[in-house]
Amino acid sequence: MINEEIIIAGFGGQGVLSMGKILAYSGLMSGLEVSWMPSYGPEMRGGTANVTVILSKERISSPILTSYDTAIILNQQSLDKFENTVKPGGILIYDPSGISNPPTRHDLNIFSVEATKAATERNMSKIFNMIVLGGYLKVNPVVSLDHIEAGLKKSLPERHHNLIPANIEGLKLGSELIQRINLYKEAC
Amino acid sequence: MSELRLMKGNEALAEAAIRAGVDAYYGYPITPQSEVMEYLMKANPEKTTGMVVLQAESEVASINMVYGAAGAGKMAMTSSSSPGVSLMQEGISYIAGAELPCVVVNVVRGGPGLGTIQPSQADYFQTVKGGGHGDYKLITLAPASVQEMADFMKLAFDLAFKYRNPAMILSDGAIGQMMEKVELFDPIQRRTDEEVALQCPWATTGRKRGTQKRVITSLRLVASVQEEFNIKLQNKYKEIEEKEVRCEMLQCDDAQYVIVAYGSSARTSMKAVEIARKNGMKVGLLRPQTLWPFPSKQIETLINNGAKGFLSVEMSAGQMVEDVKLAANGKAKVEHYGRMGGVIASPQDIYEALKKFAK
Repeated sequence: MINEEIIIAGFGGQGVLSMGKILAYSGLMSGLEVSWMPSYGPEMRGGTANVTVILSKERISSPILTSYDTAIILNQQSLDKFENTVKPGGILIYDPSGISNPPTRHDLNIFSVEATKAATERNMSKIFNMIVLGGYLKVNPVVSLDHIEAGLKKSLPERHHNLIPANIEGLKLGSELIQRINLYKEAC
Repeated sequence: MSELRLMKGNEALAEAAIRAGVDAYYGYPITPQSEVMEYLMKANPEKTTGMVVLQAESEVASINMVYGAAGAGKMAMTSSSSPGVSLMQEGISYIAGAELPCVVVNVVRGGPGLGTIQPSQADYFQTVKGGGHGDYKLITLAPASVQEMADFMKLAFDLAFKYRNPAMILSDGAIGQMMEKVELFDPIQRRTDEEVALQCPWATTGRKRGTQKRVITSLRLVASVQEEFNIKLQNKYKEIEEKEVRCEMLQCDDAQYVIVAYGSSARTSMKAVEIARKNGMKVGLLRPQTLWPFPSKQIETLINNGAKGFLSVEMSAGQMVEDVKLAANGKAKVEHYGRMGGVIASPQDIYEALKKFAK
């Protein structure tokens, strides 16, 4: 049964909130209950931004949480803040760009997705967040690509619908780039 | 056909206002409710339904524009957040004193003063115990989801017109800013001038030859006349208290301890109840959807059915807890748990407080 509690965190301007919005919309399209709870306020301008997204088969009780099944982390501050809030056995996905102290917990499934690098190389900085989302959906396919496409159509204004193919491309790229990090191996 | 959308609470409320056939919105921007006017400005309903959307020069102007429009029998509303709603209190008291229907929305933030833009529930006293001067009451609806932000918009106007009384939607920053699935009700046509005249025989819509003068005022200088009016108001309030209480009860049937919470606190408390049930505690949640009238009888019934205690969970220093105590009338243990200043108590925090309370 689907009941996925996700935190997405990074800098303001990285597309954290819109990534969450697309995920929530896709959940809606696939018939799930959804909630999207942003951190709002002064920290959104230039500082850290985060959003809690819940996808569930059942009525969602609290949209505000302190522990998560999955954390999608896009900068060091967010990693420091949220690594310890992931439930044991949960998923932590991060972009290694700008991360000097990588995650250390052994009881998590940790993945990295080099989205910043890939987006910069391809001159596609606007779909950076979709590369990350693609990585997440490869690891945990809570919603299908069709539903993401439907979600994009709903969440983007019509004048931006020409960007949908590029977004889908970003998702596919992310699903290829995501890599499992084995902490034990690195320690050897 | 009703329509499914993913929307912020503030946006859902604004869209519902258009769909409910509201005639006029007057407001002044303030976080965390600015999306209400932003959405309305963008939707530009003047072109479709004829609804007026106007940014006033201040909250004082907004509420007095509402007063004027309501006097003409129009469905008029305003929205703001705590400091702005404080500015409106004089106007709200006048509207209550003139017995006019209108809707005021407060998406509450932390206070006192300018406080913080983060969510809070510290305006409970202001809303249900007065706020403005004089013996008056506001019908107060407390949405706990984006769906209720939409549904209560229409309900608030229905009740306001039914009782010729101002209604308040008391929300908070979390409910206003979060997005959820919402099923929007079908649009209702704005009333024609003839329909307004029929529904509101008291409205000042321009005196015609041979008709009686209608006066809308809150001024009654003769004490006996004022008292007569006060008695009439109190009778109306009594009727509302008898007929319009709304609340949701979750897992209360066998509950020994019951959390009482509204708005976003009700959502975090719902999760706390889930955790507590998993740990074998017999607990439930009473969620008032109307804060005035307050579900006092429901609390009494729960006590008669074996509830031993009530924990009022609020984002304040403890305000609604006083009404829970009045309802329990010494027959059950009542305490408050909450955080202040825009800090939200997590479901885990509430569960820990509940464990301590039940000891």
